Amino acid sequence: MNYWPLLGIALVVIGFALRFNPLLVVVGAAVATGLLAGLDIVAVVEALGRAFNDNRYISVTWIILPVIGLLERYGLQQRARSLIESVRGATMGKLLVLYLGFRQITAALGMKDIGGHPQAVRPLVAPMAEAAATKSHGALPEAERQKVLAMSAATDNVGLFFGEDIFFAIASILLIQGVFEAAGYPLTPLQLSVWAIPTAICAFLIHGGRILAMDRRMGRLTPLASGEDQP
Amino acid sequence: MITYEWLYILAGAFFAIWALLSLRDRCWGNGAFWGLLAASFLFGSHIGDFANGVLVLAMVAIAGLGLLKRSDPPTTTPEERLNFSELFGNRLFLPALVVPVTAVVGTLLYNYTPLGETGLFEARRETLILFGVGVLVALVAAMVWLRPPVLAPAEEGRRLLDSIGWAAILPQMLAALGAVFALAGVGDVIGALAGEVIPENSVFVTVLVFCLGMALFTMIMGNAFAAFPVMAAAIGIPLLVEGYGGNPAVIGAVGMLAGFCGTLLTPMAANFNIVPAALLELDDQNGVIRQQVWTAIPLWVCNVAIIYVAGFWLWS
Repeated sequence: MNYWPLLGIALVVIGFALRFNPLLVVVGAAVATGLLAGLDIVAVVEALGRAFNDNRYISVTWIILPVIGLLERYGLQQRARSLIESVRGATMGKLLVLYLGFRQITAALGMKDIGGHPQAVRPLVAPMAEAAATKSHGALPEAERQKVLAMSAATDNVGLFFGEDIFFAIASILLIQGVFEAAGYPLTPLQLSVWAIPTAICAFLIHGGRILAMDRRMGRLTPLASGEDQP
Repeated sequence: MITYEWLYILAGAFFAIWALLSLRDRCWGNGAFWGLLAASFLFGSHIGDFANGVLVLAMVAIAGLGLLKRSDPPTTTPEERLNFSELFGNRLFLPALVVPVTAVVGTLLYNYTPLGETGLFEARRETLILFGVGVLVALVAAMVWLRPPVLAPAEEGRRLLDSIGWAAILPQMLAALGAVFALAGVGDVIGALAGEVIPENSVFVTVLVFCLGMALFTMIMGNAFAAFPVMAAAIGIPLLVEGYGGNPAVIGAVGMLAGFCGTLLTPMAANFNIVPAALLELDDQNGVIRQQVWTAIPLWVCNVAIIYVAGFWLWS
């Protein structure tokens, strides 16, 4: 058996780890794999061209950009912000759990650019979480304050990652479809995306539970914060 | 019958418009890149494999030389956006909802009512075609409702597209890599090798190795998309699907999510983990990752369990 094509896998791993341009890495690995499998260069270019051409449907998803861009022009981001702001007054735990659910649901409906670190976490979610934590637990030690900020960013990531795959017209789902189809297993996008739901529920329960536990732990850490006199 | 070819002409038209707008803006690299992608969509089915391959190499060369730039088309100011958002309120979400609702409801109607017997859509292609229909409906609705300048949707779309840049075709390129791997017999080789290493007929151990590989490769490469074709070719398809007869949809979808657990754990995924730590001025560059560890690990265990239970137990 010819083991040389395995070098292609190693090339992908090394190339990505070394931060080369990913497109260069992928095409380089594809060409190397083809050559090592004994194809000549013309056949390799043809195989690459055919494979790229067969998988065009993955990039079709970008036609949604004019819709999202147009809505952003008329204040979609700002509207999402005021929705998040409307829970002002909630505890830190409740605020972040609500944001987690909001992020998962909007991502599952194809609005993955609502939220995100520069747009929502830094200007909005993190300061609100910090303010809520200070309100219920008093001034936080610096290390704890930073944990609240970091947890806000973590919540955005978890919400996005484990919400977006429920939307069928997203690159990761279509990539799965493409890889399986090339191997002879035709699947539909909806068949795949429904299987993102169990993990999404697990993510909400696990991460939501951790947020609430953090809020409780901070309450125990600073028992004087509520302002009540202690015996 | 409506096929993917219709969708490709639609997408090709969108990319051609973006290419022309880029050229008008004197962004030559962007114009060439999106122009080539438009050509791939519009003519890819007719120009033959070799020409498609050369087209791919040209796009990669443009991206590799760093010729793609962000663009800054004219748009509304933040103050104007705030005013609009108060004027339109939550109705702003509606046009965006039109797209998934059209696609999902349409797919269900097509599959579970006599509509399917009309053979209107190419088999198994109805969801993505209906996604295209949903986009057109949402665009028309938003144009009628908001009455923006005629070029606004194209320019706003270009702003978003150029902020994504060459990464827009990375998933398609990775799927192509998966196809080349399959052609070169990578899966067969690894399947044979792994068959010697992994205990015979141990489905559970194989699922574990698959999910561990997804998470670890994702951590090294910083990208679950890149890990997926590798692990699918190595273990997912040859062993789990072909060897043990698992459910391909579960193995594919949940395997990818096992990789996403790895994304939560790696500084290589800088946009998600390192950039926010900087934005929030954390002392610890890995502060965000630290908050994600005890979500990622239990969730990864859940993914292993979901693949094992739903992909094998319930499936067979």
